[in-house]
Amino acid sequence: MIEIRAVSHQIAGTPILHDITTRLPEGRLTALIGPNGAGKSTLLRLVGRLEPLQAGRISVAGHDIATTPTDRLAQVMAVLGQQTLIASRLRLAELVAFGRWPHHKGRPTAADRAHVAEAIRTFALGPLADRFMDELSGGQAQRAHIAMAFAQDTEWLLLDEPLNNLDMSHARALMARLRALVDQQGRGVAVVLHEVNYAAAWADHIIALKDGRILAEGAPDAVLTEDLLSRLYDAPISVGRHQGRPLVLHHA
Amino acid sequence: MRVLPALSSALIALMLASLTIGAAQVDLRMVRQDPLAMLVLLESRLPRTLAVALTGAALSVAGVLIQALVRNRFVGPDTSGTAEGAALGLLAITIWAPASPLWLRMVVASLTAMAATALFLAVIRRLPAREVMLVPIAGIILSGVVGSVVTFIAWQHDLMQFVGTWLGSGEFSGAIAGRYELLWIAGIAALLAWLAADRFAILGLGDGVATGLGLSVDAVMRLGLVVVSVVTAMVVTTVGMLPFVGLVVPNLVARLMGDNLRQTLPVVALSGAVLVLACDLVARIVVAPYELPAGLILGVLGAGLFLWLLHRRPVHG
Repeated sequence: MIEIRAVSHQIAGTPILHDITTRLPEGRLTALIGPNGAGKSTLLRLVGRLEPLQAGRISVAGHDIATTPTDRLAQVMAVLGQQTLIASRLRLAELVAFGRWPHHKGRPTAADRAHVAEAIRTFALGPLADRFMDELSGGQAQRAHIAMAFAQDTEWLLLDEPLNNLDMSHARALMARLRALVDQQGRGVAVVLHEVNYAAAWADHIIALKDGRILAEGAPDAVLTEDLLSRLYDAPISVGRHQGRPLVLHHA
Repeated sequence: MRVLPALSSALIALMLASLTIGAAQVDLRMVRQDPLAMLVLLESRLPRTLAVALTGAALSVAGVLIQALVRNRFVGPDTSGTAEGAALGLLAITIWAPASPLWLRMVVASLTAMAATALFLAVIRRLPAREVMLVPIAGIILSGVVGSVVTFIAWQHDLMQFVGTWLGSGEFSGAIAGRYELLWIAGIAALLAWLAADRFAILGLGDGVATGLGLSVDAVMRLGLVVVSVVTAMVVTTVGMLPFVGLVVPNLVARLMGDNLRQTLPVVALSGAVLVLACDLVARIVVAPYELPAGLILGVLGAGLFLWLLHRRPVHG
């Protein structure tokens, strides 16, 4: 379980999050949704200790992120921020292999190599394994980074807008892969999603943020209602059903 | 991997050539029977050869590190204020405590080199990340500012000659037994960096990825800062700063082999040693029995290599 208690955050004097208290259930796929600037990425980055915590407490699987050594946390959760341009000329396989670094600290074992090979296979990156990262497309680089976080093989996986740069089929494949991680291995996954329907189709638990506050949280059927979504996005939104799950519709 | 054996062979060949070339005749096969040749070999040729190889190797490794710290390929220890910082420290101790022992001068030079490099890193952090070319420009400006402070003070105290040897052009004729050994410290610092190679490679992937993998970004930055500063300070103190090595060699190796530093740092070190040795040999041969500063040859060659790099690779920063 991830416990967030009384977390507030500001950037350059502008409040981003107001007194957030919530829980992300373990062994579930949690989606953070909300309009641009709602604070969902900031919240995920705070949990992933990519930003220093200003106020409040966060614990991940019982580890208080403020007091647990960062290398220990890296064995409990893998976190992937939004990718920025990197200048590094690593080969794809070398990048994915660094996902095991928190476990072996420079001395990879056969098990570590097996994890890396599996991650590369899972994300269909085999043909690209020897390519330099700066020679890949945005979507390929994105998948390589996700494979790295996947290879880290932690109890929790935190992804900030992982579907950026991915086409429909790769986005779907990634969500299915995350689903399998939850269902078959009991891992906890938290993802920031822009496209609400990915949350509708795949998430167990949804946290809807607006203006730095939690507007609603709970199961998809409870959160993805016409009234709530229209308030969340300040736009008329209708919700249908497809294959037993909500389908969010907004058209012209 | 066939790169390492090839480079090692080249290095050995160049070192042997460096031992035999010079005004005095030294035949390596006869040296045991010739006490004078033995003296030249042990007091001058061997120290010089080692000094050149250590300088080239350590500066190249320092170049990789500073490039990983600022995540920009167009900087080197000679364009990050580091060398000028070291010179400032040397100048200060020459003025205030001229009788101080070598180790103290070395420590002071390292500390001021660290301060100048830390200032550079602090400036870089405030620049917009996407403006790739601002980083080298900021480094060159900072080097210029610190360098002009050094020049101003040295001028006031009539010490310009010293500044010339520290920041001039890198020249190895003064590297004789007893006056080059500090460079071993530079070599050891570079070796230390190799032991932490994975950490620097991960740091090069950005703060977010590094933190996610459980790396203490600040600790790795500090280690890099110390290694770059110590290497540069030792080089400045003993033979004077060499231009371009720390910029060109890391770029060439990254271009051909990538950035998996655990594998590439030995290649970087060997390539740097080979390049500087070759330049020093050319500098000793072209106007024999006189010689040119190796830094001069390196400047010409390095500028050419760098232009070639700029021309053939798209700017990824």
